[in-house]
Amino acid sequence: MSIARFWRETPRRYNLGGSKCTNCGTVYFPPRLVCPECPAHRQSIEKMVPFQLSGDGEVLSYTVVHEPAEGFEMQVPYVLALVKTREGPVLTGQVVDVTPDEVSIGLKVHATFRKLREEGRAGVIHYGYKFAPSEDPEPAAPPRGPAAAVRTEEIGARDRAPA
Amino acid sequence: MEAGIVSYGAYVPRYRITPAEIGRVWGSDGEAMGQGLNVHRKSVPSPDEDTITISTEALRTALVRGAIDPQQIGAIYVGSESHPYAVKPTATVVAQAVGATPNLTAADFEFACKAGTAAIQTCLGLVGAQMIRYGVAIGTDTSQGAPGDALEYSASAGGAAFVVGRDHVISKVHHTVSYTTDTPDFWRREGQRYPSHSGRFTGEPAYFRHVTECAHRIMEAAGTEPKDYRHVVFHQPNGKFPQRVGKQLGFSDAQMKYGLVTPYIGNTYSGAALLGLANVLDHAAPGERVLVVGYGSGAGSDAFDLETTDELARYDRSFGRPVQWYLDHGVELSYAVYAKYRGKIHMGEA
Repeated sequence: MSIARFWRETPRRYNLGGSKCTNCGTVYFPPRLVCPECPAHRQSIEKMVPFQLSGDGEVLSYTVVHEPAEGFEMQVPYVLALVKTREGPVLTGQVVDVTPDEVSIGLKVHATFRKLREEGRAGVIHYGYKFAPSEDPEPAAPPRGPAAAVRTEEIGARDRAPA
Repeated sequence: MEAGIVSYGAYVPRYRITPAEIGRVWGSDGEAMGQGLNVHRKSVPSPDEDTITISTEALRTALVRGAIDPQQIGAIYVGSESHPYAVKPTATVVAQAVGATPNLTAADFEFACKAGTAAIQTCLGLVGAQMIRYGVAIGTDTSQGAPGDALEYSASAGGAAFVVGRDHVISKVHHTVSYTTDTPDFWRREGQRYPSHSGRFTGEPAYFRHVTECAHRIMEAAGTEPKDYRHVVFHQPNGKFPQRVGKQLGFSDAQMKYGLVTPYIGNTYSGAALLGLANVLDHAAPGERVLVVGYGSGAGSDAFDLETTDELARYDRSFGRPVQWYLDHGVELSYAVYAKYRGKIHMGEA
């Protein structure tokens, strides 16, 4: 994606900037200029206002990606989900800070700000929204101290497991 | 109304690695190294996290907690020694991501581990002079030690954001004092991937001298003694230095309890003292005096004499995660996955 094209997407990718029809109340992401929900579309003309999504939502459906898109090689396997936001629009995004077996339909998530990809080592870095669980899937560790449990992640444990 | 802290937020990435695991790879007794440094584990950022994303998360939390309109922010300064770009300010992306653009000034600060405290001082000046309504100071790092180097056992990732303003101040800043010299204890040249340090020289003439001198000077300016403070926070490159300097200055373990976070998440560099302060504010009650003494190699110290206000009781600390949560939680990685996440594996790019 060209720098200019990504830059034009900044309000959406950084801040979940959508639009809302003040005629019927429907929220859109990405933003729309006309509301297809209004019985007569022209009723919504000039009544669409910028609207920022809260970022809260739940997983509507998801898939686990094993063949990564370019730039996501370090994160395989990763979760790509359809997230139904509190305001209505359904967004596609990566769910981070979880292993695939911790994701389920209905999982409460919130938008988080992450690096999306880099244009090589010398190029521009693209940032935007991903999703993270709102409630932590990990059991609470014992009180602070060196013995406080740090869970061993499956993918990290493999090379330590005895042959 | 004088300038003070009106809100704050913290963020530490999810992954952890232990000194024992690092030592296992390099054939050294990592467990003993960890005990010597008083670092039990350190945080590791995900491949999609950097100083910009951590700063943004911390500041978003601060803005919600303080119910602050981002358009009222007049300055954002991000202190770090691991800005993702050499040229292109971290602060511009953070400002855009929190909705503070375009009517503000923004810049990146660098002073080893004390760029975040320097940013707070700058904001105090601008807010105090009534040039801006809110100033944001962030200290964040995702620093690395060279593989096998002593720094690798502690260098971690995390950050905290502080909003400075005049209204609804949760912590007054009675005094701030700095102490700066040219001391070559730790550096990283342009284009170099990992920092260099001068071994034992980093102790006495650098950390201990600057922190001690700065602490003495601020207590002299404030007319206070160690016993006047309920909490004390020192820069914490490891868990040992701040404990030793605290004892030398006459502070008790109880005073240092909440300000010391490095043993559980490692050295977050520019974030270290600020995460310690955030943890103190998470636990503090109104009317408690707090001393903060930061340190940055090169070298200098910034000290702050703070006092929490009644406003703290009304301040909503429930949004976002408290620092304690990050100290108690984490997902441990093997060294192999850590090396992959930190870009230490040569991927054979064309």
